[in-house]
Amino acid sequence: MSLLLDIRGLDKRFGGLHVTRGVSFQLRAGDRLALIGPNGAGKTTLVNQVSGVLRPDAGEIRLRGENVTRLGQARRVRLGLARTFQITTLAPHLPVQRQIEMALFEREGLGGRAWRSVDAYPALNAEAQGLLQRFGLRAQAATPTEDLAYGEQRLVEMALALALRPRVLLLDEPMAGVPKGDGARLLAALDSLPRDLAVLIIEHDMDLVFRFASRIVVLAEGAVLADGSPDEIRRDPKVRAAYLGTPA
Amino acid sequence: MNTSTTLQGPAKAPSEARHAAAPRCRPAWRAPLVVLALGALACALLPEQLGLMTRIFIAALFVLSLDLVVGVAGLATLGHAAVFGTGAYAAGIFALKVMPDPLAGLAIGIGAGGLLALASGAFLLRYQGFTFLMLTVAVAQIVLSLAQKARDWTGGDDGLSGFTVGPLLGHFAFDLEGRVAAFYALAVLVLMHYVARRLVDSPFGLAVRGIHENRARMAALGTPVYRRLLAMYAAAGAIAGAAGALSAQTNAIVGLDSLSFALSAEALVMLILGGAGRLSGALVGAVVFTLLHHTAASINPYHWLFVVGFMLMAVVLVSPAKAWGWLRRRVGAAS
Amino acid sequence: MTVLFNIAVDGLAYGMVLFVIAVGLSLTLGLMRFVNLSHCAFAMVGGYCAAFLVRQAQWNFWLAVPAAIIATAALGAVLEMLVLRHLYRRKELDQVLFTIGLSFFLIAATNALAGPQVQLIPLPPGLAGSVDLGFRTLPAQRLLVIGAGLAVAAGAAWIVARTRFGVWLRAAVDHSGTASSLGIPIRVVQCASFAAGAALAGFGGILGAELMPLEPYYALKYLVLVLVVVAVGGMGSIAGSLAAAVVLGVIETASKYLASDWGSLFFFLAMAALLAWRPDGLLKR
Repeated sequence: MSLLLDIRGLDKRFGGLHVTRGVSFQLRAGDRLALIGPNGAGKTTLVNQVSGVLRPDAGEIRLRGENVTRLGQARRVRLGLARTFQITTLAPHLPVQRQIEMALFEREGLGGRAWRSVDAYPALNAEAQGLLQRFGLRAQAATPTEDLAYGEQRLVEMALALALRPRVLLLDEPMAGVPKGDGARLLAALDSLPRDLAVLIIEHDMDLVFRFASRIVVLAEGAVLADGSPDEIRRDPKVRAAYLGTPA
Repeated sequence: MNTSTTLQGPAKAPSEARHAAAPRCRPAWRAPLVVLALGALACALLPEQLGLMTRIFIAALFVLSLDLVVGVAGLATLGHAAVFGTGAYAAGIFALKVMPDPLAGLAIGIGAGGLLALASGAFLLRYQGFTFLMLTVAVAQIVLSLAQKARDWTGGDDGLSGFTVGPLLGHFAFDLEGRVAAFYALAVLVLMHYVARRLVDSPFGLAVRGIHENRARMAALGTPVYRRLLAMYAAAGAIAGAAGALSAQTNAIVGLDSLSFALSAEALVMLILGGAGRLSGALVGAVVFTLLHHTAASINPYHWLFVVGFMLMAVVLVSPAKAWGWLRRRVGAAS
Repeated sequence: MTVLFNIAVDGLAYGMVLFVIAVGLSLTLGLMRFVNLSHCAFAMVGGYCAAFLVRQAQWNFWLAVPAAIIATAALGAVLEMLVLRHLYRRKELDQVLFTIGLSFFLIAATNALAGPQVQLIPLPPGLAGSVDLGFRTLPAQRLLVIGAGLAVAAGAAWIVARTRFGVWLRAAVDHSGTASSLGIPIRVVQCASFAAGAALAGFGGILGAELMPLEPYYALKYLVLVLVVVAVGGMGSIAGSLAAAVVLGVIETASKYLASDWGSLFFFLAMAALLAWRPDGLLKR
């Protein structure tokens, strides 16, 4: 199984705060890895370093064999990395379909085309609509994203990431803020992700984690506390101590 | 329908009823054609006001170019006069020293504006927000100071004059009534409007709008943010350079006020007045403001400031921006 | 040598004037994120009030100046309470448009009330002469300006760092939501800060009446300079504004003395360089 993401000894400080301590793990095609840990453990910071928003102070990030530690987000996206944000990060006034099309144009390298109208690319228009259809958002194609319900906006976040046809997908708390009842479509989307996609998901909902993940990495105070299968993690005394406060 | 949640507001339920099945852009030629018709009509109806018409067309073109930077790309600037003035001086110097053909001068103005925007943008776009804004002021003031110093080329405080403008297309000489000038300015405005519409409706324009609304999102999609913004900034500079060239050619004089902070601020005011981001707002704002300025100009210049000051404050408090937006949503489709 | 000394003194004085006017704007921008492009109009109002009180109403200079400052503060407070506070939540471009409109209005009003000629503020005999420092003589006015500027800087820094109001101010700047839930009267802080900023601007207008002549277009003519000081010094930073104002004031004065046909080129080159080097402010608040 091909090694898609290789993190080695990632380290980062914010002034006096040591937010990432020597983190290492790997992602292979088809992995479903859940990154869990108490609040403030540094999970989003870690994802930000992997996606290129932040630069680590030390360590290496290899994406499909290439060392991307010093490279920007654009290169990582071209190598097949995509992510969603914990706080919905969409262009509020753009209609949903245009938002998806933006991702598609970038993927196809057409983001610099300045003459033909966006409507003159029928294959991409159709692909955008197909993606919306898959996420049940077809009817809202012309709605500005700020007018969508919050759960639907989270769906658009995910659709955008998938529109890039990534090999590695980083999901930062996709269910954050979505009420229990509305999460069905999001869960269905998670279940229908391509089989060979490597997925890293940050989540707090333990039911979702144990249902979705084939592997779990526990992060506490910036360091990897445990890395293993859901059963191993469930039984690990260090993990229970970190979460429940019982002595190891 | 999903109910409201913690972080966003209540969902707006009947959105499907309000919007069409898919967003579509209007054809790029439609709005410019309307401008052409209205402009030609205005010129036909008021043949003794052609000088004013020409000034309006040039102002509209300048504010249009500003809209690409401020409204579409989301880069608030108070230094846009720099590219306007550079286009004006370039066209004037070209007419004086090389040849008086207006279209060649126009091309020079476009090139000069675009090049200055490219060069300054390469530096400016490394910054954002208030820092970017103040640096645009700095760049414009530096250009102004250089123009003031280079008296031999620009005429300094006295301005650049004494250049003649040849007949348009070798055939239509600029007449005293200003008919050719007005037609020329209108034609360039309509053409540039068409170009701007195509830019905005293209994947490039979409990307730039995306950068405006959420830079982090675009970066996460792999967009080369800096490059896209620089391209838009340069395109806007070229269009502003065209406006400057037109101004030089139709007035047969270029002054240092074409590089002034006051001009940059005035253009920004016109843009915000008409509504930024849609291109049509730029044109409306320019027309309304220039007409108001013209009708009040004969009165004591200070009293004109009462009028415009009061109007600006009223506009913001009563917020016709909301009214414009409501009107647009009723009449047109979101693209 | 004399030239260098003159540049230093005049530059320092000019810088102090810019500082006193700009510090209020820097705090308003930093505290309330409110883009107030009518700030220089308050400087103008302060100067005009002082000129009127001294020349027309024949008040004593030392009474007229504080009165003018208080009047300017009152105007600022009234405007803030009636109109400006409704704009805090609006988009920045809306704030720009409104405050530019307000400036236009105040320019027109000033012209209607006092005419377009430059207003002079006659100095009392004590200030009109020169002071002998031993190695040089200085115009007393320059000394006053420099001293006043330093006093304002020290006073503002003391208030911010040592008093309860200062604590409230800092809390409101850093975390306004939390601050109000802790019982800090945000509205009072906002209004008082705005009025104080206006008062300082008015004081600056009076101090600078010689260097920056008072006429109706004053409100917009010097706006760019003040914005530059705020940007280079960093929004919300008193020390930064002081440093920026002095550096830029000296550079501008030097260029006026030594290279006057280059206009303000060096001022803006220096400004661009400083801002590019430290985009968040000279002393990186």
